[in-house]
Amino acid sequence: MSASASSLRSDRPRGRWVGRLFYGFLLFSLVLGFATLGALLVQVFLEGYKWVDLVLFLEPPSADPLIAGAEPAILATIFLGVLLILFTVPLGVGTAIYLEEYADRERWYNRLLEVNIQNLAAVPSIVYGILGLAFLVRGIGLGRVLLAGAMILTLLVLPTVIIAAREAIRAVPDSIRQGAYALGATKWQVVWRQVLPAATPGIATGSILATSRGLGETAPLLLVGALTYVSFNPTLLGEFTALPVQIYQWVSRPQEEFRTLAAAAIIVLLGILLTLNATAIWIRNRYERRW
Amino acid sequence: MSATMAAVSVDLTARARELPAKEFREVVFHVEDLGVSYNGNAALQDVSLEIYRNFVTAFIGPSGCGKSTFIRCFNHLNGLIPGAVVEGKILYHGEDLYGPHVDPVEVRKRIGMVFQKPNPFPKSIYDNVAFGPRVLGMTDRLDDRVERALEQAALWDEVKDRLKASALSLSGGQQQRLCIARCLAVEPEVILMDEPASALDPIATTRIEDLMHELKRDYTIIVVTHNMQQAARVADMTAFFSITRGEEGQRTGILVEYDATSKIFTQPSDKRTEDYVTGRFG
Repeated sequence: MSASASSLRSDRPRGRWVGRLFYGFLLFSLVLGFATLGALLVQVFLEGYKWVDLVLFLEPPSADPLIAGAEPAILATIFLGVLLILFTVPLGVGTAIYLEEYADRERWYNRLLEVNIQNLAAVPSIVYGILGLAFLVRGIGLGRVLLAGAMILTLLVLPTVIIAAREAIRAVPDSIRQGAYALGATKWQVVWRQVLPAATPGIATGSILATSRGLGETAPLLLVGALTYVSFNPTLLGEFTALPVQIYQWVSRPQEEFRTLAAAAIIVLLGILLTLNATAIWIRNRYERRW
Repeated sequence: MSATMAAVSVDLTARARELPAKEFREVVFHVEDLGVSYNGNAALQDVSLEIYRNFVTAFIGPSGCGKSTFIRCFNHLNGLIPGAVVEGKILYHGEDLYGPHVDPVEVRKRIGMVFQKPNPFPKSIYDNVAFGPRVLGMTDRLDDRVERALEQAALWDEVKDRLKASALSLSGGQQQRLCIARCLAVEPEVILMDEPASALDPIATTRIEDLMHELKRDYTIIVVTHNMQQAARVADMTAFFSITRGEEGQRTGILVEYDATSKIFTQPSDKRTEDYVTGRFG
């Protein structure tokens, strides 16, 4: 009895140490990332929360930090978000449907397209900004307007939306398509009535996450001419600023009060982005499907 | 092995069937020299047979013998697979199924299919059954149509109080009967069943088999199965497929023997059929 019990004891203490070491490394990675982010958020919050008030939401910027607000920037960011969704979802989902359901992968141009989309997702946002400046602002003479900003952000997040939508469409099992075909549905009906509804939660989640990423971008907007001092509310074809740009500008001012104001604006921007992300997570949990 | 044989024979005597003589059978499909290849590799070749109206016809054979490939030829489903080429002829009431002007959608309207794994759409029970009629524009008195289809599939009593519930909440056997109902709702003439009970438990399997007996009064049924007892229980005619190896070792399915089920299981004329049905092979 005792002999068989002792044979169950580990004779590989080294293996256990390696295991513990690895576990420790995993914890370290986790803590490093979260602690840094957490410290940053706490610091920003402590610095800026007192300045998140009606002045910030309802007043234009000013040279006097005490009466300066970010209303034009906040409105412009919301505008940009709405336009981004309106532009990227149809284009992105359309491209994804083409690539997943219609494209013949044997054809060289479809493969080229695929590789390109993957690469576009990795292009730095400043490059998109330059493209926007050269092509939208000067090339077609749109000028330094909100629409140009929305369009360039669209180009920036489009690859991400396409990739997310493709994943969602690919996750719809083939048996669903075959079942629909077998009932006499046309390709259009299969895609429109079965594949798309089943893929909608994934598509929505991906689009929202991509949009919130786009809204945090500063560089491309600076290049297409988002101004740092705009005292009027944004219109589609008017000059504009946006929250990240406003933050960037305030942070670079010498006065301490403007930094506090920047911290307050960061809280607002984070609030907008976290709301979007929370919506995405809610949609995913609400409509998640197991096949 | 002898036990298998005994079980099969008992079943046959229990269901002793008188098949109509050949001249009284109506031919639905006339298959001639049919072959299917994927990217140049022949998966099935030289199949010729006739499928008769209001018969249950079973395709049996070992894995890889091309029986599933074959059944998918009848509703153009192979056309969805890139690289698949169908050669030879299938005449449907004398009309070439692979003629130049044939629309696969029209074919699938008349020739429904039930798949191996239940594949309900991620929608309500009602919407599953109504999908076919809706895409085909048969929306007149849709509620009645849905109810009739569910009744024919022996599912109505179980789901009538929860038609709006998700189809995915049903058990596997119910899901498969829902798929049968979905297929019946568009009033096809032929129902193709690709191993319809292979993912189900014995009780659910029995229900599907009973259903096939019921349905053959109104429909022509072709069923692929790798369960010989099932073929013996449900089929009027049975086709046995096997595999040949080509010069380079590639496996190709061929039709070995096609006859009345009782004949296939009691006095097959081919040695390979006999070996298979007695369990000596496969």
